[in-house]
Amino acid sequence: MKYVDEYRSGALARNIVREIRQVQTRPWVIMEVCGGQTHSIVKHGIDELLPEGIELVHGPGCPVCVTSLEMIDKAHAIARRPEVIFTSFGDMLRVPGSEADLLTLKSQGADVRVVYSPLDALKIARANPEKKVVFFAIGFETTAPANATAVWQAKREGVKNFSMLVSHVLVPPAIAAILQAPQNRVQGFLGPGHVCAVRGFGEYEAISSRFRVPIAITGFEPLDILEGTLMVVRQLESGRAKVENQYVRAVRREGNRMAQELMSEVFEICDRKWRGVGAIPKSGYRLRSEFRDHDAGRLFEVEEIDTQEPAACISGQILKGVKKPHDCPAFGTSCTPQHPLGATMVSAEGACAAYYLYGRHLRKEETGHVT
Amino acid sequence: MCLGIPGKILDCFESQGLRMAKVEFGGIVREACLQCIPEACVGDYVLVHVGFAIARMDEQEASRTYRLLEEMGQLNELKPSDNENGA
Repeated sequence: MKYVDEYRSGALARNIVREIRQVQTRPWVIMEVCGGQTHSIVKHGIDELLPEGIELVHGPGCPVCVTSLEMIDKAHAIARRPEVIFTSFGDMLRVPGSEADLLTLKSQGADVRVVYSPLDALKIARANPEKKVVFFAIGFETTAPANATAVWQAKREGVKNFSMLVSHVLVPPAIAAILQAPQNRVQGFLGPGHVCAVRGFGEYEAISSRFRVPIAITGFEPLDILEGTLMVVRQLESGRAKVENQYVRAVRREGNRMAQELMSEVFEICDRKWRGVGAIPKSGYRLRSEFRDHDAGRLFEVEEIDTQEPAACISGQILKGVKKPHDCPAFGTSCTPQHPLGATMVSAEGACAAYYLYGRHLRKEETGHVT
Repeated sequence: MCLGIPGKILDCFESQGLRMAKVEFGGIVREACLQCIPEACVGDYVLVHVGFAIARMDEQEASRTYRLLEEMGQLNELKPSDNENGA
């Protein structure tokens, strides 16, 4: 496929690895922020291709993983109602709440439907005026324009039976939280390419200069990830700290202005609790009050839910780049994608699930820190 | 989750007041919303995420990046192979 296949060339990948080896003089720890990048790294074995001492640690960029248990339980309480058609991206179906997952609710008779796009959920609402159609709006800045458009369009058209349960999260506050944590090991970042296609990278320049940390805005194909790593290593070796754009074919500094305008018309920034990490100030979006008639969080009274995560799970430390899946005794034994204990195992983009999917649980005797 | 797939616009149209397109991804054609890429037209490549175009792919930049990576390989071949083991 155009813009994809050429960025998977094995010969060019080896060239970049060789270049990294020539530039590197000491060990460095680099975090890829986005779960899509984590998935690509583990799938293609990119971390194992890198020279000794270049360690990739996996960041918190999987919105399915970091959606709080309270929010998932709230979604389930709404989905159980007989008057509701509950719509969601497929990734969310198997994510366990305190009692069940959406797929189990569906088997028990709840009307749960998977949609490819929030605009499909709006179509379902138009076709079922006697039902209340709720869309579970999760995601980072990449997904926010689509979700914003669906609710903006519902308001404009007067589709009164369409609402959203919004649990959006934002990347820059999470990066800042990681860098401020006392146990932080991360020295450079591969920035999230598709988030920046929407938001641009001005916010990342502020982080880079505030924390003196190099950031390469990076794409998702193997050559993208390797080139982004090379850019960060070059900066680290020369003592520079700025934002570079590896993903120039999709990302411009200012991002997508129209998408940004739409997002700020529909959403406002709020504090948000991240599963496995905890509360991060100003790290989420919620609907503005102008869209309250489409806000499922307001329309459906749900009792406060008291939740508890399994004590064995170390996903919080994995999401902050402090630990790797192999450091957890539950990984691949009591915690698997079929029976996940916590955030990083619940979606294929979580570090634990990606390691499991590509067979890395079978080599548990190896150290978690691939060198 | 933040998966974005580049596809080629085959046709643009309007639906319920929203700007939409038929977009081809390696032989598969799906609808995508073009509301936030007003300048995109038939023949352009756009990056589509959850049925929504978030960016126009820059063909020149795509081939420039690729060319630079190729050149990096050619330069490497001129360098002495002091560090060939591993990888």
